[in-house]
Amino acid sequence: MVVFDKPKSLLDVSMHYCPGCTHGIVHRLVAEAIDELGIEGRTVGIAPVGCSVMAYNYFACDMIEAAHGRAPAVATGVKRSNPDGLVVFTYQGDGDLASIGMAETVHAAARNENITIIFINNAIYGMTGGQMAPTSLPGQVTQTSPYGRDVKACGFPVRVSEMLATLDGPEYITRVAVNNVKNVKEAGKAIKKAFQNQIDGKGFSLVEVISSCPTNWGMTPQKALQWIDEKMIPYYPLGVYKDRSAESKEDK
Amino acid sequence: MTKQILIAGFGGQGILFAGKFLAYKGLTEDKQVSWLPSYGPEMRGGTASCSVILSDEPVGSPIVSNPDVLIAMNIPSLDKYEDSVVPGGVIIADSALIDRHVKRTDVTAIEIPATTLASENNMPTLANMIITGKLLEILDGFNEESIRAALGKVISAKHADMLEINLKALEIGSKL
Amino acid sequence: MADKVLMKGNEAIAEAAILAGCRHYFGYPITPQTEIAAYMAKRMPKIGGTFLQAESEIAAINMVYGAASVGMRVMTSSSSPGVSLKSEGISYMAGSDLPGLIVNVQRGGPGLGGIQPSQSDYFQATKGGGHGDYHLIVIAPDSVQEMADYTVKAFDLADKYRMPVMILADGTMGQMMEPVSLDLDIKPAPEKPWATTGTGCERKHNIINSLSLVPEELEKLNFERFEKYAYIQQNEVMYEEYMMEDAETVIVAFGIAARVSKNAITAARKEGIKVGLIRPITLWPFPTEVISKAADKAKRFISVELSMGQMIEDVKLAVNGKADVELCNRAGGMIPSPEQVLEAIKNGGAK
Repeated sequence: MVVFDKPKSLLDVSMHYCPGCTHGIVHRLVAEAIDELGIEGRTVGIAPVGCSVMAYNYFACDMIEAAHGRAPAVATGVKRSNPDGLVVFTYQGDGDLASIGMAETVHAAARNENITIIFINNAIYGMTGGQMAPTSLPGQVTQTSPYGRDVKACGFPVRVSEMLATLDGPEYITRVAVNNVKNVKEAGKAIKKAFQNQIDGKGFSLVEVISSCPTNWGMTPQKALQWIDEKMIPYYPLGVYKDRSAESKEDK
Repeated sequence: MTKQILIAGFGGQGILFAGKFLAYKGLTEDKQVSWLPSYGPEMRGGTASCSVILSDEPVGSPIVSNPDVLIAMNIPSLDKYEDSVVPGGVIIADSALIDRHVKRTDVTAIEIPATTLASENNMPTLANMIITGKLLEILDGFNEESIRAALGKVISAKHADMLEINLKALEIGSKL
Repeated sequence: MADKVLMKGNEAIAEAAILAGCRHYFGYPITPQTEIAAYMAKRMPKIGGTFLQAESEIAAINMVYGAASVGMRVMTSSSSPGVSLKSEGISYMAGSDLPGLIVNVQRGGPGLGGIQPSQSDYFQATKGGGHGDYHLIVIAPDSVQEMADYTVKAFDLADKYRMPVMILADGTMGQMMEPVSLDLDIKPAPEKPWATTGTGCERKHNIINSLSLVPEELEKLNFERFEKYAYIQQNEVMYEEYMMEDAETVIVAFGIAARVSKNAITAARKEGIKVGLIRPITLWPFPTEVISKAADKAKRFISVELSMGQMIEDVKLAVNGKADVELCNRAGGMIPSPEQVLEAIKNGGAK
């Protein structure tokens, strides 16, 4: 009896992520969605710059490494090349998507570009060793906010899902978390829906995943998952921020 | 033989259009041609100019700095370019808009009230073509066939009904 | 000549690109190249292609990167300040061995500069522009016909060598109209088995990537890329020689500067001065050999440029001390006149 199996869309290689990091969980959710939808052979993934920079080695589908923040633009070029044939997703962290790549993110959403974005929000720059991110919480101590994020000096965190949901463009914007079994299951559903939307030609779908970074938060993995509940989710409430198709059904 | 033509005036007077017409006419006559507009903010109401070269030889520089023929459709253009015309060259000025005479004595100066004529003939936007008609007459006479062919190229299909009136404007100019 | 049409240089590039099979254009408005975008916006939707006005030049070049990854013939165009913004993406394309066309219709700089014609992006185009060890093939047309011809050639070279190619034009080339024949030498694009077109679950996944964290491996990649560059330097140099048979003075000029120089040479020859022109058509690879050979006979070289003197460095390297090398230039959007070039031929330019 098989009790645990690796998704086909995830290659059998060891990942470079730190112990307790939730990237692995989200990678698996993405791969499961690709498997369940049977789209591996026509999926192209775009890896970002950040901790998931080497995601191109982990997914079995064709992969492209993008410059920092530019994944939505690269995805646009890929998708427009073969709009009906290819399924395109980007996998980006908070520095990549919400700081250096904010313009690409907002405009891909405004265009309702028919792509799927998986947005990992762990409130920190992981790869470079724990600097302040655009999503770092007020007061959060990081390498570049050693006295805690002072909102007077460096502004407030960006709530990406809420902001994008104000646009007319996007189809589906949702925020999930991967800090407990129930949330992981919800996250899996959201990610699958975000891919299904693209297959159905509905347009821009973004899943913001509240994730942990025990290494750079300076916590044990367990404590980090608690911190998501105690600090992150209160600032970044989970839920669906936009679902055009569902809304238009309700209108009827 | 090479003719270097400089057309200058206000944006909106059809400077570039007149130049395009001349270039197309050269092309239909198997001449080597180039057309180079001034570009930038002057497109929106300031001064505009364009260089047209018609030649039997391959065209070198497309920039006309010493024209054989200058068409000046406003005072700033005459002020700016009068001295650059080659000795023995031609200056055609729109005397309806330029209240001074051509100062040069070593060129052929032709002053015609093109803008007034355009109004009188119910073609207020075609002073450019009246003055170009005069140029045609000087260059190589009024050849209706190649003029029609060139107008057909330079006037877009959407404005095809403008062909006849352009032809008429050229004709008025050629007979001055 | 019945088959010739009058077109602006910018339009000729756009139409030639379409004829070459380019169906994807991503750009951002900037003078003096916007006619390319406007032309594509009109034509692409009618032929099943993509025209997309990106949110920035940075986004545009990365869209090019994406479409090139899928194996498409794809292009972007801009003018000097916009090309600076694209430099990041161009470096990534070079590092990922992606083909594509970048058109730079240059204007005066630095900074926002002006909008009049310039050749002051020569260094940027030929020496890198972006970071890292890489080259672009850089082609400098000097007529509207060449704008069309070399656009087609650019796509062929890009595909053949899997690298980005740049057309380096200037405001004059972009804006001027000349007769152009669109009976172009079109070859089909080669197969691109490396492209990320979806595995179809039938092959190992393709990866488009410029990241290589092991220095030994990255060095190897650089060495391999430079072997390719050396081959290109041997095989793809293009230039024109004009009145060079007995030339004692040699002008080196490209694009509009070469056109102006031809007028000056014609005038000088009438006075019995033995002067000729070497016109680099590829700026990279640079026609070093032909200039070096000419330096065995000629006494002096004059680099005519719309810049403060950039190509002159490559001319000096090619001449290698065998003759004097002088500069005749205007900058900031000004163009040397034939008279200025003639004066330099007669009495010397700046050393």
